[in-house]
Amino acid sequence: MSAAPNPVVHATRARVAASLVRRHRNEQIFHGLGLGAIVLSLLALASLITDVVGKGYSAFTQTHIALIVTLDPAVIDPDGTRDPAALLRADFQTPVRDALRARFPDVTSNAERRQLYALISPSAPYILAAQVADDPSLLGRTLELDLLAGDEVDTLVKGSISRDVPEDQRRITDRQIGWVDALTAAGEVSTPFNWAFFTGGDSRDPESAGILGAAVGSALTLAVALVLSFPLAVAAAVYLEEFAPDNRWTYVIEVNINNLAAVPSIIFGLLGLAVFLNFFGLPRSAPLVGGLVLALMTLPVIIIAARGAIAAVPPSIREAAMGIGSSPVQVVFHHVVPLALPGILTGTIIGMARALGETAPLLMIGMVAFIVDVPHSVTDAATVLPVQIFLWADSSERAFVERTAAATLVLLAFLLIMNATAVYLRRRFEVRY
Amino acid sequence: MRNMTVIDRSRSGQTADVPGGSEPSVAPAASSKEHKFQARKVAVYYGTKRALNHIDLDIGKGEVTALIGPSGCGKSTFIRCLNRMNDPIANCRVEGQILLDGMDVNAREVDPVELRARVGMVFQKPNPFPKSIWENVAYGPRIHGLSSTKVELDEIVTLSLQRAALWDEVKDRLQESGTSLSGGQQQRLCIARALAVDPEVILMDEPCSALDPIATAKIEELIDELSGNYTIVIVTHSMQQAARVSDMTAFFHLGDLVETGPTDNIFTTPRDERTEGYITGRFG
Repeated sequence: MSAAPNPVVHATRARVAASLVRRHRNEQIFHGLGLGAIVLSLLALASLITDVVGKGYSAFTQTHIALIVTLDPAVIDPDGTRDPAALLRADFQTPVRDALRARFPDVTSNAERRQLYALISPSAPYILAAQVADDPSLLGRTLELDLLAGDEVDTLVKGSISRDVPEDQRRITDRQIGWVDALTAAGEVSTPFNWAFFTGGDSRDPESAGILGAAVGSALTLAVALVLSFPLAVAAAVYLEEFAPDNRWTYVIEVNINNLAAVPSIIFGLLGLAVFLNFFGLPRSAPLVGGLVLALMTLPVIIIAARGAIAAVPPSIREAAMGIGSSPVQVVFHHVVPLALPGILTGTIIGMARALGETAPLLMIGMVAFIVDVPHSVTDAATVLPVQIFLWADSSERAFVERTAAATLVLLAFLLIMNATAVYLRRRFEVRY
Repeated sequence: MRNMTVIDRSRSGQTADVPGGSEPSVAPAASSKEHKFQARKVAVYYGTKRALNHIDLDIGKGEVTALIGPSGCGKSTFIRCLNRMNDPIANCRVEGQILLDGMDVNAREVDPVELRARVGMVFQKPNPFPKSIWENVAYGPRIHGLSSTKVELDEIVTLSLQRAALWDEVKDRLQESGTSLSGGQQQRLCIARALAVDPEVILMDEPCSALDPIATAKIEELIDELSGNYTIVIVTHSMQQAARVSDMTAFFHLGDLVETGPTDNIFTTPRDERTEGYITGRFG
């Protein structure tokens, strides 16, 4: 009964065994490559985050110097009107400078005085003016006030300026360092949390520059882009997937939409400049125009994602709906679009995240302007977060380095919130079938 | 109209040879009972490929008609012509005439949406909507405006589920998803969904091919109960099923309607040798 081993079967087994060795080796190689790729990208992400946080965290505190300031009505409000509007424009520089001279009475020469005055930010008198305009009863009193320090002092206190650098190669003099050391020793230098960074607009003085203007600009611009592009893109995708006849024109439109997604974004900026600004005469630097341009840029991205999501809805659902007499529009809006919604939303958020990080097209329509006020409507002049980062990165003051990094952190936080929203919405609308 | 059809048939040459032979036996029966559907010279093309070849078939009112035949013979294509489900297929073209109670379903003035409300359909794979059981059944009546209040809608849902023999199994969980049911229950839910819009005809395209024998038996029982009240056309691969549930059987082969007649006759004394070959299992 024990049959002799079949030589053909034996040879087959040997070949399978040999090929198994090869296949297992390939599997291990791919396993290793995949793991390596993930480790590499995680390292890149970690170094990026470490670098940005390391450079940016110091922007979240701000150096203040405590001085005893006498708010003399004879200087500030010689007419005695106590009118808040007039107080905002009044001379608060003199009391601040007097306070500095009173703190360091041995300073006499003009050159030295100029150095002394630079300890306090040029914005400090305006902040003081706003305080007094709010509460005119402060007039005539002598107060110990924490005044905003100048950017060089701030940078020195945060340790970003090395004292070993020769004096002529840094923008803070040995004399000024001496004053700061004296103030620090007396406990008159403080570094509280930098609320102004989150509540103010841009400024020429890094110590008083804030991110709120750009953040609001970004939010307004994205809102315009979303409101315009989402319904248009969904309508286009539904039409192309569900209603369009399968002919040459449809094909041409499809190819062009796909091409549009690959057009460099600055071209959209040029288009916005030529059409929205020059032809339609819409306001320059406005989130309205920025949103229009970004909507054009995002449209093909959402259309492609939405078409994919709609095409992925199983045909059996369409047949079921059609079979009991749903009209084509009912099939689409009662069944297909709700089932495709998670995919459509994911595509929308990806498109919006790309729009949030977009700089080039917005430069073309003037959103690169220096704008101090926080925008209140879509037609106010504004800038956006990435452009603000670009502007600050381009500034020469050392103190803008940390603010650039801090603005990057704010932008990343925005992106994180948007992605979290995408994940939440996808979970919320996901239906098993 | 009838005379014309007869003339057309005799003119169509070789292909009409076999159905022509059955003419005398079908024609008297046709005059004695009412027809729900009358298909005349129905041909269907996908692009240039012909899927159906001049089909003449009468479907009796209140009867169960089974369409049998090997894969690719055109029986599913034919059943989908009856409620114009082939319309959205881009390169599909239907020729000939299909009369529903004397009305040409392919006529320009016929709204396919209205037609599908009269001629419901159950598909091969159970395809409940990914919504609650209640919502699955209530959807049809709601879009057709069959009920104005939630109470009426509840009544329709209950009645439809009862008719589909599903009520006892789901009455306590109407808010659960339709897709959470078993395959056989899903198919009965789909039947309930079709019944809810009060159709005259129910088309079933291999309704049991994805089901186990127990679920199949339940569906067949259900078909038996529904016959009489509804005209049912069922496509099936199972000859035993055709024999069990149908009154009339039509055998399709390679796009031709080879033979049609009372189910008992087809299975006991087939006239065409292709029919005999198929039902005895020699091919198919």
